[in-house]
Amino acid sequence: MPVILKGRTVSRGKAAGPALVSKDAISFLGGVDPKTGNVIEKGHALYGRNVKGTVLVFPGGKGSTVGSYVIYQLKKNGVAPAAIINIRSEPIVAVGAIISDIPMVDALDKDPVEIIRDGMTVTVDGTTGTVELPC
Amino acid sequence: MHLTKEEEAVFNGGRGPTLQKMMEILVALGDIYGADKLIPVKSAQIAGVSYKTIGDAGLEWISDLQGKAVIPAILNPMGMDRDAWQGMHIDKQFADKQEQIIKAYERLGIRAECTCTPYYLERPKFGDHLAWSESSAVCYANSVLGARTNREGGPSALAAALVGKTANYGLHIRENRYPTVTIKVKEPLRGAEYGALGYVVGPKVGDGIPIFSLKSTPTEDELKHLGAALASSGAVALFHVLNVTPEQYILPHDRIDVDKKDLEEGWQVPTRYFLPKNRIDVDVSAVKALMAKHEEPDLIALGCPHASVEELQEILKALKGRNVKKEVWVCTGRSLGEKNRALIDGLQRHGIKVLYDTCMVVSPAANHFKKMMVNSGKALKYTPSMCGVDAVIATTAECIEEACR
Repeated sequence: MPVILKGRTVSRGKAAGPALVSKDAISFLGGVDPKTGNVIEKGHALYGRNVKGTVLVFPGGKGSTVGSYVIYQLKKNGVAPAAIINIRSEPIVAVGAIISDIPMVDALDKDPVEIIRDGMTVTVDGTTGTVELPC
Repeated sequence: MHLTKEEEAVFNGGRGPTLQKMMEILVALGDIYGADKLIPVKSAQIAGVSYKTIGDAGLEWISDLQGKAVIPAILNPMGMDRDAWQGMHIDKQFADKQEQIIKAYERLGIRAECTCTPYYLERPKFGDHLAWSESSAVCYANSVLGARTNREGGPSALAAALVGKTANYGLHIRENRYPTVTIKVKEPLRGAEYGALGYVVGPKVGDGIPIFSLKSTPTEDELKHLGAALASSGAVALFHVLNVTPEQYILPHDRIDVDKKDLEEGWQVPTRYFLPKNRIDVDVSAVKALMAKHEEPDLIALGCPHASVEELQEILKALKGRNVKKEVWVCTGRSLGEKNRALIDGLQRHGIKVLYDTCMVVSPAANHFKKMMVNSGKALKYTPSMCGVDAVIATTAECIEEACR
């Protein structure tokens, strides 16, 4: 039986992918290369990893509000995450996910950063605000 | 968040994908911040206009949208003067992209007025709800005019322009507008010293709501510089000044929270006000020390935020008929300049470059200089990181003296 976590809709739509989990907040402006999807912020937990096609799991956003547009550019360049899960979303990432049609949920009943392991296949349903994990 | 039937229909795509997306943005932000509903706004001011800041990603997003603004909507400063960009050493590729961004906004019914002082175009009334995003304009509207706006991001201000509404949270709600920290300044200040004050105390205030007890009565221009510096060195969206700003009188009787000791120390407290317990005493010598640095600049840049008519007059007067010998920029809004042609002509005759709808912070033009002298605490904060220059702050009169030397 898969595990279903209940949360809150931020951006609608449904997608699945391997989880990429970070305990650090992410600033998309200056933190992620919009051309490649590589995390380029030195010292970041995900430094050197690529966000393309992943279910990106992190506490929340930080940094410049231009970050919303960087998420849009990732999508246009075909290197965006498939879905996003935050502990608690803030406007930069939330707006970026909405304008880029990336399903996103937050405020899950269990801490996603603790419970979701790197590489685990995760399904995010932004419309119902739920996340499905393998058993 | 509660949506009306009509709003719900837009949210579900009943009026096309762009409005659906805009409604999703408003609803998501409303949910994040615990809004109960959407409320109508009188105007929108959209940040994220300069190609220097939003790049190709921003341009693509705006270009992909369909629709028309349903309330008066304008922009914040762009990366160049649309007419005088060649004289600013802006390259053609940048100018073309900048022009595309402006055209994309115009196609959405947004006026190509690119100013950080939208209140000189139309002055909001006390209590008006707005969706503005330029940090200094937000601070002025809330503090000096008593209008109500949060610090909107570019996309959410655009959403408000197209939908005509914003989510009811934060500074739209009266109870969230009370001061959180008291700031006492023990000596009178003048002109650019208010910007320097904002620069010094902004980091200590963070995103709090300060109430100032001052020994001098600031003008609207001085309040503008104080707020702009507070918003850039901190994240202040609203401040109050005892006996000066308009909103102190709407605060309720039951929040009076002043002990006698404060009064004995000489605090001026209107009976309907309360002072937060959290207090900062300003070291005025730090403000004065900032003003005392006078290194030789190769660029003197005024008009951050965009110059008012009074400030333009002050600059012209300070020239005393002399021509400037150094590079001097004065930034202001195009429509304000066009309404005051004689004044602008006067400044230009004395060798000053008047730049419309742009500024030293968001334009790549200032990157060509090494040392900037400004009369603005906001410019002092941003230009070293955004333009790679050293900056010093001085009064308007000192800036003009330096320019004529």
